[in-house]
Amino acid sequence: MTATLDRRTLLKASIVAGGSLIFDLAAPFTTANAAGAVPINAFVRIAPDNSVTIGAHYPEIGQGVRTMLPMLIAEEMDLDWSQVRVEPTLADEKRYGQQITGGSESTPLNWIPMRQAGAAARAMLVAAAAARWGVDATSLTTASGTISHAPSGRRLPYAALAEATAKLTPPDAATVPLKKPTDFHIIGTSVMGVDTPAIVAGRPLFGIDTALPGLAYAAIEMCPAFGGSVASASLAAARGLPGVRHVMTLNTGINPDGPADAVAIVADSWWTANKARAALDIRWADAEQRRHSTAGYAKAAAAAMAATPGESLLKNGDAPGALARSARIIEADYHYPFLAHATLEPQNCTALWNGETIEIWAPTQWPEDGRALVAKALGLEPEAIKIHLVRAGGGFGRRLQNDYMMQVAQIARAVPGVPIKLINSRSDDIRHDFYRPAGWHRLKAGIDASGRVMALTDHFITFGRDGKTVRAAEFNPAEFPLQVIGHIDVGQSLLATNVPTGWLRAPTSNAMAFVFQSFLDEVAAAGGRDLPTLMRDLLGKPRELPGSDGLPGFHTGRARGVIDKVCAMAGWPAAPGGKPRGFGFYFSHRGYFAEIVEISVGKDGLVAVEHVWVAADIGSQIINPINARHQVEGAIIDGLGQALAGQAIEIVDGAVIQANFDGYPLPRIDTTPAITLEFLITDFPPTGLGEPSLPPVIPALANAIHAATGKRIRRLPITPAMLT
Amino acid sequence: MTILLNVNGIPRKVAADPDKPLLWALREDLALLGTKFGCGAGLCGACTVHADGEAVRSCQISIADAAALKITTIEHVASTAAGKRVTDSWLALDVPQCGYCQAGQIMSATALLAHTTAPSDADIDAAMSGNICRCATYVRIRAAIKRAAGGAA
Repeated sequence: MTATLDRRTLLKASIVAGGSLIFDLAAPFTTANAAGAVPINAFVRIAPDNSVTIGAHYPEIGQGVRTMLPMLIAEEMDLDWSQVRVEPTLADEKRYGQQITGGSESTPLNWIPMRQAGAAARAMLVAAAAARWGVDATSLTTASGTISHAPSGRRLPYAALAEATAKLTPPDAATVPLKKPTDFHIIGTSVMGVDTPAIVAGRPLFGIDTALPGLAYAAIEMCPAFGGSVASASLAAARGLPGVRHVMTLNTGINPDGPADAVAIVADSWWTANKARAALDIRWADAEQRRHSTAGYAKAAAAAMAATPGESLLKNGDAPGALARSARIIEADYHYPFLAHATLEPQNCTALWNGETIEIWAPTQWPEDGRALVAKALGLEPEAIKIHLVRAGGGFGRRLQNDYMMQVAQIARAVPGVPIKLINSRSDDIRHDFYRPAGWHRLKAGIDASGRVMALTDHFITFGRDGKTVRAAEFNPAEFPLQVIGHIDVGQSLLATNVPTGWLRAPTSNAMAFVFQSFLDEVAAAGGRDLPTLMRDLLGKPRELPGSDGLPGFHTGRARGVIDKVCAMAGWPAAPGGKPRGFGFYFSHRGYFAEIVEISVGKDGLVAVEHVWVAADIGSQIINPINARHQVEGAIIDGLGQALAGQAIEIVDGAVIQANFDGYPLPRIDTTPAITLEFLITDFPPTGLGEPSLPPVIPALANAIHAATGKRIRRLPITPAMLT
Repeated sequence: MTILLNVNGIPRKVAADPDKPLLWALREDLALLGTKFGCGAGLCGACTVHADGEAVRSCQISIADAAALKITTIEHVASTAAGKRVTDSWLALDVPQCGYCQAGQIMSATALLAHTTAPSDADIDAAMSGNICRCATYVRIRAAIKRAAGGAA
C-alpha cells in the first residue's frame, strides 16, 4: 500500500513563489513492526513572516491527530506552537506514506519519523546559519523559530535563511539526533485542537460542509436486505418531481461485481432528493437474503454450541486432562450483539467528475482504500483520482469502509461537471453500516483447591464465508488470558451471514474483554478470590510474551502495574458497606488499562454508573495531555453506552430494523459518571489512545452489577429486566 | 415560493418549498453550514438553533413556520452575552473531540444560561439531554457550562 522511495529523493528544501521555504521531508520508518524502511513525509512551509505551516497527513476523526502529528514536528524544529499553522494534506501515500486512522497506530507509527522530519529541517537551517556566519554549527542554538549565536549575539529568524537552506544537501533524517524528553517544550503540554476555534464558531469544516459552486445533492435508496439487488424499478414518478434532476440505478459495493442494488436521486436540495425516495417503485430480488435474521442466528448458534467445534483454533497443553484434575469446574455461555457505529455526522461524500478525472472530498479514515474502490468502479488509473482529506464527524472504524466514496463517484460520473454531495439519512446510516459482528462463547474453566486456574476452553461461534471468518469476526489467540494459562483449548464454528461487518473501536477486544474478564470474575469468585488477585496470579513474573503480526507482545509487568495502580487509586478492595464495584483489565492496541467501576442499582433494575477509575500505561510520553484525557473519557462513556444504553442491531427478513437514535440509543449527559484517570509513565515507546481504554470498562461494569445484585451479566446489552 | 426569514438579525429570502425544514434552508439556501444534520427526527440535537431565544431543533421546523420567528444560529451566537461566555468557555476547556455536535451543544447551553444564570447539575441534565455527543465530551460540556455561569470550571 505504501510506495518505497529512494531515500535521497525524499528530503529536499526549495523556495516557492512568494519566498516561502518548503521542506518536503521524509524519515525512515523506525518502529519495530516495519517490514522495511517505509517513508513518511511531512510537509513544512516557512513563510517570509516566519510563520510555519505544517501539513497534517492523517485523517482527523476527533482523535486529535491533526494536532498531535504537527506537535512532533514543531517540537524538533524548535518552533513556538503559536507560530504554527496546520493544514490538511491531500491523500497521497506515495508522497506522505501511510495515511490510515485506525488501530490506534498513528502515535506508534509516527512518534519517531515525525520528530526526525522536524529535526532534519532544523539541522538544515542551522547548517545554513553556520555557513553564513562562518561559525561551527554546534555553537548555534535554536528557539521560537530563530537561530542564535551566543558568542557574537547574532540572531536570525528561520525565514531569513530560506534561500540558503534551499541550496543545501539534506541530511539523512535517521542520523539527525533527536531531543531528550527533558528538553521538550511542546510535547507533553496540553495543546488545544487546531480546529477547535472553527468548530466553536460554526465555520464549515466537515465533509458534509463541502461547498462548491453548482453543487447538487444525492440520496440513495438501497436494498434493505443486505446483498439483494434491483429486480425492477419504476423511476418516472421520482424524475417528474420538482427539483429532481436525475434518477439512476447504482451498485452500492456490497456485491461490487453484482447487479445494481440501489437507486440514486440527484436534486437541487438533499431534502428534496431524500423526500423523492417515496416516489420510487422498486422491486427487490432478495428472497435468499430475507432468510437471514438475528433470531435465526441465535438458534443456529445454540445448535452449534451443543455440537463439536467446526475447527480448532488454539490448543496448548492438555485441557481435558487438566479439567479432569480440577477441584472445581466453572461453565458459562456469553453473547454480544451486532453493533452499529452511529457516527454523528452521517456517511457522506462529495465528488466532481471532470470528464477524465475525478476530485473527491471524503470524510474517510482510509483514503487509499477508497481510491482503489473508485478506480475499480470507474475504470480509472489511481492518479486520475484526487482525494481531499476533510474532517470527519466521528469515525469509530466506520470510515475505514469507503462505500460512500465509490457510490458518489458513480453518481458524479453520470453528471459531468456538477459536484455531487451524497448524504446518508440517519436510517440509511444505521441500516447500511458495517457492523461489529455478534458472537457467542461457551466457556469452561477448571480451578484447583486454592482457586488457581488450571485450564480454560472456549467454543466460539462467529460468522464466516467460504470457511473463513468475515471481517472483524475473527478470534485473536493473543487475547488475554489465553497466553498465560497452561492448558487451553479454543474451537470455532462459523455461521453464514449476509450482514456486512467491520471494525468498531477496539475491534475484537471490545467483545472479548467483556467475555473473558467477566468469566474470569466468575472463576475468581468460585475460588474465593477477587479478580485483581486472580489476575496477579495469572500474570506471574514481569516478562514480555511473544507478539504476533510484528506487534510487541503482552508484557505481564505492565499489566500488573496498571492493576496495582487502579486498586490503589480506588481503594480496592473497598471497606465493608461501600458501594458495589467491579474490576476489569485489558490489553489491546498496545495499551494497558485497568478500570474499576462503581455503581448503584435501582429497584427498577436501572443501573447508574457513579465513578470510574482508570489506570493506563501507554508508554514513556503523553504527547498532548488534554487530548489524552478526552480520548479516555470518551471511550469509557462509549463502552458504558454499549453495555447500558440498549445498543443492539437486530436483523429481520435480512434487514436491520433499528432506524434512528430512539431504536439505537447513545449515552447522554445525564448518565455520565465521574472519571478519575492516571497514566503510569514507563520506559516503553508511546502508543495510541483512541481504543484501548474502552474494552475493560464493560466487564468492570458487569462485575460491579454482580457485586450489587448477585446476578451475572452474560449477554449484552444489559437491560433492567435482567436485574429485576 | 419565496419565504422571508429573520436569521441572525438579517432578513433573508429563501426560494423553496414552504415545508422545507429550517435546517436544510440554513445549510443549502443560506450557506450557514454551522448547523448540523444528525438524525432528521429531533432526537440528537445537532441542528439546534434559537427561535425567539428558545433552543429548538431546526430539522423539525418548516421554513413556513420559521418565518414568524427570530432565528439565531451558531455563526452568530457569540454576539449575545450568554453566547460569548459559553463559546469562550468551550475554547478554554477545549470541549470538542470530533466537534460535529458542538454547535448544537453550544446553542442548548446558551439558551440554558440565558434563562438560568447558575444552573445545577440537574438543570444541566434537563437542558442538555437532548443533545447527543457521540464522542462523549459530556464531562467537559458540564464543566464549560459551569464555567460560563461563573462557577468553577
